[in-house]
Amino acid sequence: MRAYQNLTIKHKQIVWAWAFLAIPVLFYGVIRFYPTGTAFVISFQEWNLLGTRTWAGLENYVRLWNDPVFWKVFQNTFVYLLIGTPVSLVLSFIIAYHLDKLRFMHGFLRMLYFLPFMTSAVAMAWVWRWFYQGVPIGLFNNVLAKFGIAQIEFLNSTTNALPAVLAPAVWAGLGFQIIIFMAGIRAIPTSYYEAAKIDGVGWWTVLTQITLPLLKPTMVFIVVFSSIGFLRIFDHVFNMTTNNPGGPLNSTKPLVLMIYDTAFNGFNMGYAAAQTVVLFTILLVVSLIQLRLLRSE
Amino acid sequence: MTVATDIPATIRPSSETLLTAGQGKPRNMGQLVRWLLLFIGGIIMIMPIAYMISTSLKWPHEVYNVNLIPEEPTIENYTYVLEDGRFYWWFVNSIIIATITTICNLFFDSLVGYTLCKFRFPGRQIVFIAILSTLMIPTEMLVIPWYLMSQSFGWLDSYWGIMFPGLMTAFGTFLMKQFFESVPDEFIEAARIDGLNELQIWWTVAMPLVKPALAALAIFVFLGNWTAFLWPLIVTNSTEMYTIPVGLSGFGDEADVAWELIMTGAAISTIPTLVVFLIFQRFIIRGVVMAGLKG
Repeated sequence: MRAYQNLTIKHKQIVWAWAFLAIPVLFYGVIRFYPTGTAFVISFQEWNLLGTRTWAGLENYVRLWNDPVFWKVFQNTFVYLLIGTPVSLVLSFIIAYHLDKLRFMHGFLRMLYFLPFMTSAVAMAWVWRWFYQGVPIGLFNNVLAKFGIAQIEFLNSTTNALPAVLAPAVWAGLGFQIIIFMAGIRAIPTSYYEAAKIDGVGWWTVLTQITLPLLKPTMVFIVVFSSIGFLRIFDHVFNMTTNNPGGPLNSTKPLVLMIYDTAFNGFNMGYAAAQTVVLFTILLVVSLIQLRLLRSE
Repeated sequence: MTVATDIPATIRPSSETLLTAGQGKPRNMGQLVRWLLLFIGGIIMIMPIAYMISTSLKWPHEVYNVNLIPEEPTIENYTYVLEDGRFYWWFVNSIIIATITTICNLFFDSLVGYTLCKFRFPGRQIVFIAILSTLMIPTEMLVIPWYLMSQSFGWLDSYWGIMFPGLMTAFGTFLMKQFFESVPDEFIEAARIDGLNELQIWWTVAMPLVKPALAALAIFVFLGNWTAFLWPLIVTNSTEMYTIPVGLSGFGDEADVAWELIMTGAAISTIPTLVVFLIFQRFIIRGVVMAGLKG
C-alpha cells in the first residue's frame, strides 16, 4: 500500500489499467489465441481423439484437396454466399428505400419486417421444414394442391434443396439489413435532395446519382456482414436435413457442417482442423477484400 | 425505453433522430400503392411466425389445413410439451446461460473498453489490436480446441462448459470503447480530484453515461446466446443440459413427434424474444443501428 501511495498519478494509472486488464487478457489468451494456435497444430496431425496424436505433415490438406466431397462442399458454401448476399442486399434495399418514404404506420411496417430477426434459427428451420413437406403435410405444397398446381419437391431434390435451405436464412437476416439501410438513407444530408429538386432532376437520377453512391459504406458493411453469415451457414442446414445432414447427396452441405461431421461424428480431429483452417482463410480473404473496398473511398 | 435525458447531448445516440419518421403521408395514388405493397410484403414476412403459433394452437386433425386461424384453438400441445418436462429444463438452462453470459459481457467488455479508451499505459495498443484481431477468428475454428480443453478439464456437459467461450467478446469491447470515447475526460478528472479511485470512477461516473450502449450490448449478447446452436450442441450430451435450440433440434428429430408439437416447441423458444422485442421495439432498433454503425 505504501509503495502504491508513493507512485505518481501516471504510474498509478498503469497499475490500475493492468489490474483491470489482467483477467480479460488471460481470457483472450487462453480462450481465443491459444485455441487458434491449437487448431493450426492439430491440422498437421493425425488424431482420432482416443489414440495418440501423430504428426502427419500436410497429409490432411492433401487429403482435403483430393476429397470430392470437400469440393462439393466448397462449391455449396460459395453458392450460399453468391445467391444469398445479392438477393438479401437487393431485397433489403428496395424495402428500405420505399419504407423510408412512408410515414403512415411506418413503425408497424418496420416491426413486421424486423420480427424474423428476433427468432432463433433452429426454431425457424423447423417451421420452414414443415412448410416444405409434400402433400398432405407441408403448407406450400398444400397451397399448390389447392390451386391444382403441380407439387414441388423441396428438400428431397438435389437442385431445389439448397435454395430451399437458403430461403429462411435470407428471410431471417432481412430485417437487420433493412434497418441498417434506412439509417444509411437517413444519414444522407437533405441538402443534396433539395439541390436535386431545384434542378428538377427525376427520381431515377436522384436514386442512381445521389442515394446509391452515398450509401456505398452502408452497402459494403451489409455485404461483408451477410457474406460472413452465409459462409458460416450451419443451423438452418443442420436442422432442415437432420435425417441426412447436408443431404440429399451432399447437395446442401456447407463447410461448417462438414467440419462438425468430421470432428464430432467421425472423430477425425486432424482432418476437421484442416477444414477449419480453410474456413478461416476464406473468411480472412473476404474480410481483406472488404477492407480494400473501404480504403478506396 | 427513453434515453436518459441527463446525459450530454454529444453522446446521445444520433441514430434516434435518424429513425424517428419518414416524409410524407399516403396522400396520392403512388404512396397508397407503395404502402399496400409494403404491407403485403410485411405480412408475408411474418407468415412463418404466424403459422408456427397458429399450428401450435391446433388439434392434430387440423394441422394440415392451410387456414391460419385454428377452428378450435387449444393449449393442449403446450400442456403436453411442458408436462413432458424436458422443455421446461431446456428453457431454464437457456435463461440461466444467457443471463450469466450477458452480465459477464456487460461487466468485462465495458471494463476493457473503458480501460483501452481512457487510460494511457504501455501495452495499450498491443492489447487493443490483439483483442480486435480475435474478431477475425471464426468460432467454428475454435470449437475443436475448446472441446479438447473442456474434455481435459471436465467441463463437458456443464453450464460452465456451455458458457466459457462467450464470457467476453471483442465485438462488445470495441462497441463499448467507441461509446466511452464520448464521455468527457473532464468528468473523469473531476471525479479523480474528488478522491474517487479508478474503479469507482468507472462504475459510478462513466458507466451511467453509456447506459444506451450497455442496453444494446445486453440485447445482442442475450439474443446471441439464446439462439446459439453449434457450441451447445457439441459440448452437451445429456438431455438435462441441453439449451432450447439443441433440445428442440433433437426433439424435432424424434421419430414419433408430430408437427404440431414441433411447432409448439419452436414457439416456446421464439415467443420470449418476440415479446421482449414488442415491448422494447424502438429501443432495440436503435440498438441495432448503434451497434451496426459503430461496431
